[in-house]
Amino acid sequence: MKFGIYPGCSLTGSARDYNESVFAIAEAFGLEFTQIPDWNCCGATAAHNLNKELSLALPARILALAEKNGLEEIIVPCAACYSRLVVTQHELKKDPELKNRICEVIEMDYRGTSVILNVIEWIDKYIIPKLEEKIVKPFNHKVACYYGCLLVRPDKILNYDRAEDPQTLDIVMSKIGAAPVDYPFKTECCGAGLSISRTDIVSKLSGKIIEDAEHRGAEAIIVACPMCHSNLDMRRPDINKYWKAKYKIPVIFVTQAIGLAIGLPAEKVGLKRHFVEVKIS
Amino acid sequence: MARIGVFVCHCGENISATVDCGKVAETIGNLKHVAYSTEYKYMCSDPGQTLIKDAIKEHNLTGVVVSACSPRMHEPTFRKACAEGGLNPFLCEMANLREHCSWVHEKNELTTEKAIDIVRTQVEKVKLNSALQPIKVPVTKTAMVIGGGIAGIQSALDIANTGHKVIMIERSPSIGGHMSQLSETFPTLDCSQCILTPRMVEVAQHPNITLYTYAEVESVEGFIGNFKVKVRKKAKSLDEKACTGCGLCTTKCPQKKIPNEFEQGMGMRPAIYVPFPQAVPNRPVIDRENCTYYIKGKCKICEIVCPTKAIRFDQPDEILELEIGAIVVATGFDIKHADFFPEYGHGRYKDIIDGLQFERLASASGPTAGVIKRPSDGEIPKNIVFIACAGSRDPAKGIAYCSKICCMYTAKHAMLYKHKVHEGKAHVFYMDIRSGGKNYDEFVRRAIEEDHVNYIRGRVSTVFERDGKLIVKGVDTLLGAQQVEIVADMVVLATAGVASSGAEDLAQKLHVSYDSHKFFAEAHPKLKPVETNTAGIFLAGACQNPKDIPDAVSQASGAAVKVAALFSQSELTREPLVAIVNRTSPPTYSTCVGCFMCQSVCPYQAIEREEFKARDGKVVKTVAKINEGLCQGCGTCVALCRSKSIDLLGYSNTQVYAEVVALLNEY
Ligand SMILES: Cc1cc2nc3c(=O)[nH]c(=O)nc-3n(C[C@H](O)[C@H](O)[C@H](O)COP(=O)(O)OP(=O)(O)OC[C@H]3O[C@@H](n4cnc5c(N)ncnc54)[C@H](O)[C@@H]3O)c2cc1C
Ligand code: SF4
Ligand code: SF4
Ligand code: SF4
Ligand code: SF4
Repeated sequence: MKFGIYPGCSLTGSARDYNESVFAIAEAFGLEFTQIPDWNCCGATAAHNLNKELSLALPARILALAEKNGLEEIIVPCAACYSRLVVTQHELKKDPELKNRICEVIEMDYRGTSVILNVIEWIDKYIIPKLEEKIVKPFNHKVACYYGCLLVRPDKILNYDRAEDPQTLDIVMSKIGAAPVDYPFKTECCGAGLSISRTDIVSKLSGKIIEDAEHRGAEAIIVACPMCHSNLDMRRPDINKYWKAKYKIPVIFVTQAIGLAIGLPAEKVGLKRHFVEVKIS
Repeated sequence: MARIGVFVCHCGENISATVDCGKVAETIGNLKHVAYSTEYKYMCSDPGQTLIKDAIKEHNLTGVVVSACSPRMHEPTFRKACAEGGLNPFLCEMANLREHCSWVHEKNELTTEKAIDIVRTQVEKVKLNSALQPIKVPVTKTAMVIGGGIAGIQSALDIANTGHKVIMIERSPSIGGHMSQLSETFPTLDCSQCILTPRMVEVAQHPNITLYTYAEVESVEGFIGNFKVKVRKKAKSLDEKACTGCGLCTTKCPQKKIPNEFEQGMGMRPAIYVPFPQAVPNRPVIDRENCTYYIKGKCKICEIVCPTKAIRFDQPDEILELEIGAIVVATGFDIKHADFFPEYGHGRYKDIIDGLQFERLASASGPTAGVIKRPSDGEIPKNIVFIACAGSRDPAKGIAYCSKICCMYTAKHAMLYKHKVHEGKAHVFYMDIRSGGKNYDEFVRRAIEEDHVNYIRGRVSTVFERDGKLIVKGVDTLLGAQQVEIVADMVVLATAGVASSGAEDLAQKLHVSYDSHKFFAEAHPKLKPVETNTAGIFLAGACQNPKDIPDAVSQASGAAVKVAALFSQSELTREPLVAIVNRTSPPTYSTCVGCFMCQSVCPYQAIEREEFKARDGKVVKTVAKINEGLCQGCGTCVALCRSKSIDLLGYSNTQVYAEVVALLNEY
């Protein structure tokens, strides 16, 4: 089975670990990816704060390229990119006039036919059915599943999990043997894009997320978003300084955890690239 | 020859602001057969009606077209005026210039042109109208009240006290509704049971009221004054006459682990049970889904211990067929429960409860005998948080409306808590305090000022448990949107009031409208708040929208008056706008070929068979015949009939055709 993949800016940069794990488990399950040729920036947070048309045109071009290259299903591992693509598809479906206008802007045909999957949907659809037989080393750990703000939102458009108390990641994790803790910080803000400009705010907010996970005895925080990961993992020294603490809990991508459970080596799923050492396997 | 009078109304400025009424009257006046045409500011006013009456006489009119608002609004008014002017009321038609024209278009020539066209169609139609006589139907002077909460009780007693018979249908084993679960009531803090129980007993003992509990409406047919209602009396597995209500069976029943509905799941009950001590009737029922005998075929302990041998395991459900003249719907409301609030942890953490559960905790007859103990460990909470608008006023949750009662009962809850736990702290998160009502705001002020309840204006984002405490995270919007976090021992959610389960189903059986939230819909939001759009069916209480006891009771009395007014007539007159199957001379009798396709589509079962016999008694032809008492004039059969044998009086095919042709032709 062949999918389009949209890596966005992070997967080949700060989230190489995530990228490696997505490709590693895909390979293990006989799934293949084609990178959307000539892809561009999704617009991220900046575009939709500045110019609505731009914020729709950028993702529309990506989707149009996928259509042009016959990629019917595309996976978008970054939760932020995913959100931009899904919202664009929704907006343009709702308003045919706007769609025509955007087509003019991007100078391409756009039909809105691609199926866009985030990592959880993709796992649900293509990994879970064949997962059980492949598990060699159940991930027997207590985990805190952290969804962040974008993975299941906006719920009006996505409609596949409960926005305020999501469950899908917990379900996936229990399928590989993990024991998710009752975790109220699932959708609390990690500081998001302030990662660069206001590390103090990120330290404050992400610190609370980490503290509660440790307090509940979780051995790892599970994420599915490169931004969440960098705030909780890369910013750990700042967080520990801010809170005068020694939080050690590792932050693991769901795809990495699946990789370990099906017996892939830690290097292969990018676990050696983390800032906070991952001792569990 | 037809002599039609046309009366163009300005409706103040509602019509004249966009339609040139003078031009309409003048143009129409020039049409053939129009004997008189005029305009006036308010046709429905007294002078307006006099204008019509006088013109009928003066110009010897044979038909009238009032060009004004929707016929839904004033058709009866103008038909009556025509009758007083000496014209058969069914020779009066209305052209709707307001809803169909002036309100929906800009002021310009085209709008006036359209108005002229609308009037022209009615002029052509009215020429073909025939004088009709109203239909008389009898009235069965027995009312049915569906639902035995306080609203149903009030309606039933009021109707019964006017001397008419009432049948009350309650689906649970006892009447009383939600009010029987309440501890004390705002704004007076008097005990709910104490004021309710005497009313419940009165219902049971009233000679004019027949009470069926554990019963539900199966089907409703017929029309105002003449409903035929089938009621399913669910088997109580008990001979109610033999049972003395001694209660032995309920104490001996070994199956005791069934969550008690009356205690909102905070206690257990046996399989054979009386929902609460003051229940009316005070007789048990066997809950067959949970009874060991019905599940495993063994037990029958209740039968063994019963001193009067009243238990009947093989009792079947009973179907009653009742003749009813008017129906009051009083099926009340429900509140949202656990799974609706994952973000508040409701359903996950034991010490997060809803308002009705708090009522039971505060009630002297409740599971804790009125001591506020939290469900998890029975400790008395030192810090309690009440969250108002849980689910209500939240379009993201699909409930945009205000539930109306929760501001008040939250103030009551906080007060009751403070009265019982003096050293405890009570916090209320609220959006606005909605306390419109006699002595209501004073009541809330008392909670704040005298009982020192801490009111925080802002919403709660999440509630979660940590180390055995509940952490409530919210915002104080009066303190510059500062975030607040309260460590609480117990949280009470004032969850949204919603339509009672099964409301949609019942509404469909009754053929009455309901809104998108499945609350029953009134016929007019201001002027007909107790009527439904089905004649003879009225509303009382919280089945229409969440409301408090005083409102529910007032509306219930209102509904009772409507029923009494209906029953004060010995017969009802109905509009004769019904379908007829044509009749011709023998041997054809009718162009109807007797296919009876019409019979299968008529939603009101109004079509019967009529046989024509030869002299020797042999049936020579069977054709359709319409019962004018049942026909509602919907026209379905007319459209369906393949031999075009059916016509609708007042809306005949030729009349409708004339309207269409009028639009196609130049004038
Ligand atoms: C927590 C809480 C506290 C409250 N405190 C107060 C207070 O202090 N003061 C105050 O004025 N108001 C208070 N109220 C409001 C009060 O409960 C209502 O105003 C009142 O119960 C409305 O009465 P009702 O008869 O319309 O409906 P209900 O009490 O809901 O009664 C409806 C009845 O109809 C029956 N029924 C439902 N469907 C059917 C059916 N299909 N067929 C047959 N029977 C059916 C039900 O079993 C029930 O017996 C409170 C409400 C809540 C939730
Ligand atoms: S037969 Fe049923 S109701 Fe009677 S005692 Fe046994 S369990 Fe209880
Ligand atoms: S033991 Fe018999 S008489 Fe007594 S309440 Fe039960 S059924 Fe009625
Ligand atoms: S009555 Fe008060 S608590 Fe209830 S929904 Fe309205 S504003 Fe909110
Ligand atoms: S018009 Fe025809 S279908 Fe409609 S109610 Fe009358 S008989 Fe029935």
